[in-house]
Amino acid sequence: MLKTFPKGGVHPPENKISADKAIVELPLPKKVFIPISQHIGAPAKIIVKRGDIVKVGQIIASAGGYVSANIHSSVSGKVAKLDKIFDTSGYRKDVVVIDVNGDEWLESIDKTTTLIKDISVDSEEILKKITECGIVGLGGATFPTHVKLKVPPKKIATTLIINGVECEPYLTSDHRLMMEKSEELMVGTQILMKALAVDIAYIGIENNKLDAIQKLSELATQYKGIEVVPLKVKYPQGGEKQLIKAIINREVPSGGLPIDVGAVVHNVGTTVAVYEAVQKNKPLFERIVTVTGKSVKEPQNLLVRIGIPVIQLIEAAGGLPEDTGKVISGGPMMGKALNSLDVPMAKGTSGILIMPEDESKRKDDKPCIRCTKCVSVCPMGLEPFLLMTLGENQLWERNEDERIMDCIECGSCVFVCPSDRALLDYIRLGKNKVGQLIRERKVN
Amino acid sequence: MSKLLTVALSPHEKNKDSVSRLMYDVVIALIPAFGVSLFFYGIGALIITLTAVLSAVIFEYLITRYMLKKPATIMDGSAALTGLLIAFNVPSNLNPGFVILGSFVAIAIAKMSFGGLGNNIFNPALVARVFLLISFPVQMTSWPVPIESRMKYLDAITGPTALGQLKEGIMGGNTVSGVMEKLPSQMEMFLGQMSGSMGEVSGAALLIGLLYMLIRRVITWHIPITTLATVFVIQGILWLVSPERFADPVFHLITGGLMLGAIFMATDYVTSPMNKMGMIYFAIGIGVITVVIRNFGAYPEGISFAILIMNSVVPIFNRYIKPKRFGELIKDGK
Repeated sequence: MLKTFPKGGVHPPENKISADKAIVELPLPKKVFIPISQHIGAPAKIIVKRGDIVKVGQIIASAGGYVSANIHSSVSGKVAKLDKIFDTSGYRKDVVVIDVNGDEWLESIDKTTTLIKDISVDSEEILKKITECGIVGLGGATFPTHVKLKVPPKKIATTLIINGVECEPYLTSDHRLMMEKSEELMVGTQILMKALAVDIAYIGIENNKLDAIQKLSELATQYKGIEVVPLKVKYPQGGEKQLIKAIINREVPSGGLPIDVGAVVHNVGTTVAVYEAVQKNKPLFERIVTVTGKSVKEPQNLLVRIGIPVIQLIEAAGGLPEDTGKVISGGPMMGKALNSLDVPMAKGTSGILIMPEDESKRKDDKPCIRCTKCVSVCPMGLEPFLLMTLGENQLWERNEDERIMDCIECGSCVFVCPSDRALLDYIRLGKNKVGQLIRERKVN
Repeated sequence: MSKLLTVALSPHEKNKDSVSRLMYDVVIALIPAFGVSLFFYGIGALIITLTAVLSAVIFEYLITRYMLKKPATIMDGSAALTGLLIAFNVPSNLNPGFVILGSFVAIAIAKMSFGGLGNNIFNPALVARVFLLISFPVQMTSWPVPIESRMKYLDAITGPTALGQLKEGIMGGNTVSGVMEKLPSQMEMFLGQMSGSMGEVSGAALLIGLLYMLIRRVITWHIPITTLATVFVIQGILWLVSPERFADPVFHLITGGLMLGAIFMATDYVTSPMNKMGMIYFAIGIGVITVVIRNFGAYPEGISFAILIMNSVVPIFNRYIKPKRFGELIKDGK
């Protein structure tokens, strides 16, 4: 029996059409637009000015607080201007625009691909390098990695979990990464183990990526304390809480963090970025992005520098299809629909999904027939239909009692709803309102 | 790039389920039982089914179109299903006027006056059945005899149901075994060769419908299986205590409306609880009340009353029985 999380979950069509496409490097653009807010937390502070000459990997904005991350130039060239443009969030944000000139990297970065297995630095140094290199969670949440690695006082980390689940349909960037950077992933895992002082690490991979499971399992025999755990395919297994439950059978308490049950979870992409930061001094300025969709001519897994407009990624995959209705940053279950294709890709962009017109529009919602499907698929054991009704009636306190803040916004309820109801829209609204209530309570 | 993109919040993927697909799946699940009814009751079964379905759909159309002035909702299939279930719950020799009245009660009073699909507290088809049963007890309890009534409708030869014979026999001082001698064999009754409401007679056909709905994941096992199991266990205890006073549990499973009620009426989405635990309590309640009415009540059959009574406590179940949440709750400040 393969492991999985016990409660709820759905099986959306996988559509992993780009799974066999090797990673290709996207050619350098003429111009990049590097957002200074690519992570959860405070935006970084710009430290360059117009006319400055920058190299690849050079810091251009420094962390704006404890929960924040450094931003580095992804190209070499001249800072053309500091501007405000729309980014993937749909809001106008500060960006640093750089005119590309050549491809000159900082001398401190080791550009070779030789694997460095020996970890010569201690945990403090590891943390420092990760902080400097601006590593954030590359699974999509973009939480600054160094914050996650600092275990709060009185808490003990016992288990490291590396998230190679990639449960979102269509996306294959993590899959390709596991195939093509397997050794780097292993060393990265060991670095994280050292930073957290834990002896055990599990790499969770869903059973639809058999090649990756096989390859990493073989490698894992050479690395002490690392075990590859094949998981039954079920969405949202890549959710932190679901993955912890599936692998070590512990439930993160409501409102708590994984560290409350001794677990720390990092995405495989993040782990490789940690390897590159610590062993190669390479800051996070590029990542792997899946460009895919049913009508896309050549679905791709691209290695892309941060700040390149999304349209250039789509062009590399054969151009925007005729029947395009929606372009999504991320996967179909939790991704964000873009309102423009000129937005620059950022650290959290794991995929660009192009959906045809006939799949893009929502259907009209019909009355709830109380079929209980939303309740049975909710991985958090919530009652989405009730949260929506309470939201419609603006009963925020009751929404809080029904544990609306536990919702991980995986969208399983909307996926199964036969009445096409906007359950998650109302739950998001409710979470926002309840969040305000909680903050007000703390002030008083 | 002049093309406008659709922008919406996630998720962007949906499965193929829809209200009408679910409703028509239930209709498909009812086909075996309908076939059996046609075989045993012939023309009468056809007439009341058509009358009930058409009148239910027309009432819903008229109400949404002319009273509520909203787009008609008949295409979702729920009115047609209600009509079909009304037909299943009445004798096949019932005057079409009563059938139409039943449809009116179900759609206008039990469903639309509560706010339409999704908002009614009581199962509309059962409200219609109980309304007719209480208002017209004679017509509602004259059951056509199977096969012999095939080519007859209002002039069908009638006889009592197995449960009716049992109740009458026990009340008249007879023993269970004395009554059983006059009844068809259990296998015949299981296949549907007995008097009763049009769609309830064949346990076998209804179980095929259950299997179909389980495979298609229209419903889960919780309500039907728990109801049947509760009746079986409690009736089994009574039977073991006094086999001459109480009939055996298998007899009770295959007679009357228990199968139809447990599989198709109690599982109605709108009027059943919203989580698995609630469903189990709900089903146990139905089973217990059914056994009590059948063995100790004035009516020979109690499943309709049992379901309606349990329908009324569903809101309380929904309020207090919650699914198991993920992760324990940490109190503020800890």
